[in-house]
Amino acid sequence: MNDRTLEVRNLTVAIPTDRGVVRPVNDVSLEVPAGSITGIVGESGCGKSMTARAVTGLLPYPGKVTGGTVRLCGREITGLPEKERRKLRGSEISMIFQEPMTSLNPVVKVGKQVDEAIRLHTECSREEAKGKTLAMFREVEIPEAETRYHCYPHQLSGGLRQRVMIAMAMVCRPKLLIADEPTTALDVTVEAQILKLLERLRVAGTSVLIISHNLGVIAQVCDFVYVMYAGRIVEQAATEVLFSRPAHPYTRGLFRSVNSLREGSDTLETIPGVVPNLLRLPAGCSFSLRCGQCGADCEKNMPELTETEPGHRVRCFLTGKEGTE
Amino acid sequence: MSEYLVEARELTKEFPAAGKKTVHAVSGVSLQIRKGETLGLVGESGCGKSTLGRLLIHTLQPTSGEVLFRGQPVTRMKDSDFKPLRKEMQLVFQDPYASLDPRMTVRDLVAEPIETWKLCGSREEVTDRVRDLLRAVGVPEEFLYRYPHQFSGGQRQRIGIARAIAADPSFIVCDEPVSALDVSVQNQILNLLKELKESRDLTYLFISHDLSVVRYLADRVCVMFLGRICEIGPTEAVYEHPRHPYTRFLLDAVPVPDPAARGKEVRLLKGEAPSPADPPSGCRFRTRCPYATERCAAEEPALRDVNGVQVACHRAGKQ
Repeated sequence: MNDRTLEVRNLTVAIPTDRGVVRPVNDVSLEVPAGSITGIVGESGCGKSMTARAVTGLLPYPGKVTGGTVRLCGREITGLPEKERRKLRGSEISMIFQEPMTSLNPVVKVGKQVDEAIRLHTECSREEAKGKTLAMFREVEIPEAETRYHCYPHQLSGGLRQRVMIAMAMVCRPKLLIADEPTTALDVTVEAQILKLLERLRVAGTSVLIISHNLGVIAQVCDFVYVMYAGRIVEQAATEVLFSRPAHPYTRGLFRSVNSLREGSDTLETIPGVVPNLLRLPAGCSFSLRCGQCGADCEKNMPELTETEPGHRVRCFLTGKEGTE
Repeated sequence: MSEYLVEARELTKEFPAAGKKTVHAVSGVSLQIRKGETLGLVGESGCGKSTLGRLLIHTLQPTSGEVLFRGQPVTRMKDSDFKPLRKEMQLVFQDPYASLDPRMTVRDLVAEPIETWKLCGSREEVTDRVRDLLRAVGVPEEFLYRYPHQFSGGQRQRIGIARAIAADPSFIVCDEPVSALDVSVQNQILNLLKELKESRDLTYLFISHDLSVVRYLADRVCVMFLGRICEIGPTEAVYEHPRHPYTRFLLDAVPVPDPAARGKEVRLLKGEAPSPADPPSGCRFRTRCPYATERCAAEEPALRDVNGVQVACHRAGKQ
């Protein structure tokens, strides 16, 4: 048995553009231990979705993996031919997306869409597939499963559509479920239901990689968190550690932003400036332009991810030194 | 002169839907907004909060009921009579990517309302005024002749806000103005909105599904469910002691950014939200409410005062 469901080492993705090569994922290493929920948090454009897509082999053209390895349960999957990868997707790795409406086929009944996923990966009759689909619908708590089986996506609410997506993703019992902003398009009361469902899947033995910009979601379900900024991991730690001792100035800025809103301080904390354009990254640390504590070293060199305590790594020259509060 | 800037009386908006059905988007909503206050409007998708916002600034005609602006009924007003009031009410949109014409420069985008209302004489005067506005919303002046696609989401939202304040309105409906933005940028825009409110004496209706954002900005908050008001009152009173069961579920469901709060048992709403095309009889929340009784099905609860907060629940104040 392998105790790591997913192991990504030094993954780099390059996208050639008219104005140069962009690296939305740059030297990213991460792992998802078996039976865990691991999170990637970051703002739009930080590379979190691209990382997920590179893992599943669904990079949008002309993006390409230019370096690094991805292992699924110890098996190297980066160099696999497309035919082999297709077999993996749906059976070993599944993915759910932010907008459940755009990821379902609008002209096919939702039950049939789940049947299709089953019949692609296993030998079984239509009746058997339907039985499995209905069982899965009940498992993800879709009420009146029989009726919903015959519904088209537009006849379902956002929450139900996301449940159908999860049912489709889980029906072949994949080892890894990647959930890319699974609750962002949903209302809070529905979000709470979906998070509880993901928690239950983990208990049932599936490892989950959640991608989110919402620190609340991360805090409530993840065991371990990676923070991404401008294509790189800038901090990683167990959830409790990250939330109690955030070390990277960017992570701290994010927490301060969220907390000042919750506490209702008079002027809200912000991170000055905007996320840098990946084509014009600063020479040194990518965060140096927005960092209040940036020194001469930060402008010239990219800091390494350094361990500050067991399991807690930070990409910053200043950690452990004076002046980081 | 009325003490309220904006007042809604028994506003109802119904939309025809497929199969001879009617969507009851807003049903009999009455509320008042005082001059200089921020009223937060929260609720989940489809509860009618955007429709209500548009009814209040007269971009939608209600099916019945009326809107008063500075005490004058605007609902059945002739267009020519309403025109001077249009300038007073503006809207800030959710999606800064869709709400700015991609073929117009920043200067022209912000100048449009100034020119429409003929607030300045010469072209130079208009441009000067645009410069002032851009300064007020924190967009650097050198970007005057750039196009929307050259800006980030946060910057675009600033341009959208500049457009909204260009004609010096008194009432602005902000419809989810920060939900398309990243956390760090969201706070910049919230600070800006707060600052503009002070410096320009604005009154806001702030629509959002994000309860923490509303708590921060709003003086009073109004919670809607399926076209009706559940609860309306001073923000802290509602957040600290929610009296309507729906408000309680809504507040409980927000994921807290603190792993220590994880063990806490969250009460989840059961089942699916009823359709606004076929709302339940009596209280519209009753099909999902754990406390529903026969009375809730038979009799629609009216808004009544419970310790300074208006609540539409038979049970409120009696537990």
